[in-house]
Amino acid sequence: MKNVSIDVKHVTRVEGHGNITIRVQDGAITRLELAIVESPRFFEAFLRGRKYDEAPHITCRICGICSVGHTTASVKAVEAACGIEPSEQTVLLRKLILYGEELQSHFLHLYFLAVPDYFGVGSVIPLAKTHPDVVRRALRMKKLANDICAVVGGRHIHPIALHVGGITHVPRDEELLDLKRRLEATRADLAETAALFATLKVPQLERPTEYVSLKTQNGEYAFYDGDIVSTLDPKPTKAADYRSRILETVVEHSAAKHCRSPNSPTYAVGALARFNNNHSQLHPTARQIARTLGLEPICNNPYHNNTAQLIESVHCVEAAIEILDTLLTHGMQVEPLRKPTRHGLGAGLAEVPRGLLVHEYGIDAKNRIESANLIIPTGQNLANIEEDMRALVPPLLESGLGKEQITLQLEMLVRAYDPCISCATHMLDIKWDET
Amino acid sequence: MKPRIAIFSLTGCEGCSLAILELEDQLLDLLGAVDIVNFREGMTDRAWDIDIGFVDGAVSTPEDEKEVRHFREHCKVLVAIGSCACLGGINTLKHYQGATGPKGRGAIGENGSDAYRRYVYGDKAEWFPTTEARPISAVVKVDYELPGCPMVKEEFLAFVTSLLAGRTFKLPDFAVCVECKKRGTLCLYEKGILCLGPVTRAGCNAICPAFGSKCEGCRGIVSKEALVAAGINLREQYNVELQEVLDDLRLYGAYQEADLP
Repeated sequence: MKNVSIDVKHVTRVEGHGNITIRVQDGAITRLELAIVESPRFFEAFLRGRKYDEAPHITCRICGICSVGHTTASVKAVEAACGIEPSEQTVLLRKLILYGEELQSHFLHLYFLAVPDYFGVGSVIPLAKTHPDVVRRALRMKKLANDICAVVGGRHIHPIALHVGGITHVPRDEELLDLKRRLEATRADLAETAALFATLKVPQLERPTEYVSLKTQNGEYAFYDGDIVSTLDPKPTKAADYRSRILETVVEHSAAKHCRSPNSPTYAVGALARFNNNHSQLHPTARQIARTLGLEPICNNPYHNNTAQLIESVHCVEAAIEILDTLLTHGMQVEPLRKPTRHGLGAGLAEVPRGLLVHEYGIDAKNRIESANLIIPTGQNLANIEEDMRALVPPLLESGLGKEQITLQLEMLVRAYDPCISCATHMLDIKWDET
Repeated sequence: MKPRIAIFSLTGCEGCSLAILELEDQLLDLLGAVDIVNFREGMTDRAWDIDIGFVDGAVSTPEDEKEVRHFREHCKVLVAIGSCACLGGINTLKHYQGATGPKGRGAIGENGSDAYRRYVYGDKAEWFPTTEARPISAVVKVDYELPGCPMVKEEFLAFVTSLLAGRTFKLPDFAVCVECKKRGTLCLYEKGILCLGPVTRAGCNAICPAFGSKCEGCRGIVSKEALVAAGINLREQYNVELQEVLDDLRLYGAYQEADLP
């Protein structure tokens, strides 16, 4: 095909509104955009003037799917700015609820958003008739993940009990025991899921890029803690210096800013980036599943982000069980929220389901927020997705596939990144790069 | 014929759409009772012959306005779900930036709106048109509202069940305090915390106080009368500054006027 026009208005089975536009004339790409048409929401602007402890409950409303992730980065940023050290119990509960959200988001993406493509259907709904066991399993796993969040935070979407300086509710032992029993039982469901994914034919695309994620120095696979590393620059960068690793640009076709690194014009964050950087820190069971599925670091096929999500799910189940054991052994008590000891600028980083998330706030002497900067995983991935599409389109055109097949491959590519577009439209600060 | 259902999203976090997918125990029954024919977040097919349309998100851009009129045209029954669609939600906080308009409210399209747009997008602000954030009822006729941030999924189920059975559906017309007392949660005012439970519409089973947090008014005020009564009580009994109540009520657009009645 010499001349092709592809227009996908509102890519489906992704969170938020995005369009794909591609123009090919005489075999050459003349225009290629993943346009982000989600409404801008101005969180950074309206956080200013709010009380320091309101930040997590406001910013979790950026996104329904990753509201625990936003809450996590937000409490960490405020605590860094205000000199608050959370208790050991608080950190354990925060890690537990974050595992819950990684699981719910990965399960939602794998079964509800990505899998239908491989079965050749438009959604999970027809699968309820043709593959009821698969759908029941998916629902059972997702419910467990949500229940972890509900036990710790009151609910998954916009958790209640998570605050700056601590947690205002502690779970009862029987709730933790129930979660533990169900997490142990879900190992069988994960094995079935792995068996299912082993049969799916993952599209091929090999395009080396830079993979950026957090990495801990204590051997723990990074979600809650860590410094910034990448496959091209493994030297760790502290949270406060995140601007030396993430450079941002405003582009006209996207209400989400694009990002680059000092090493690369585009880079990727997310499950595959974490896997590529931190594979050796995965739980042995998760590493075993990776071997079975044939995923090895460094993998440069973005479609395998799905595979990495599955491997991480196995890890999160084991890591959550370990935390539950610790909490059950030590017992819990309601602790008062810890208060600010100083004020200033603070950054909070977390690995949320879709990748590295940055919250940074300036807090003034009256404990009010005076500046805010948020960098969202999907915003960091957008330029990289466009580069993948540039690499993908020419061979697809040459292969003689029809326009429908090409469009499907492109949509599957976008979905593999599991973009969260509502999140990505809550841009950064007033400084952008003019180049 | 099973009713044909659609789920749409305007400006918001899509958490209320997601809450439907989090009804794991009832989802298969729900899918047996209705046909979901249009749901961008969850499916590829998009049909426009719709019996009941659910909308989350606020009207916050010129595009949202066009979209919500389009939804209204194609849905026999239109239901607003969540604080954004019912009240304008957290998006309305942008109105209080810039402070050039009347009563400290930055007027949209004037300096006020530039203040928040420029803070985020710099001199590229004009690339991203925006309007005041409004509930969808400000633009089209809405048949039912299921407020909350996020919407209460049990209330959503009760609503769908009522509609399928041909019964009428009504939101609770009493305050969150009633449910909180029933649960036996210690009143947060006794701990010196300003809670919006006395003025906020019940239906959430007072989940926030039960998890140690104040009610933030995400379901909107139960009535202006409740607001007047609470305003007097809070001042007399707890010495609470009314401006604080007003600031807190703004979080989800629960009460958008500048002064308490």
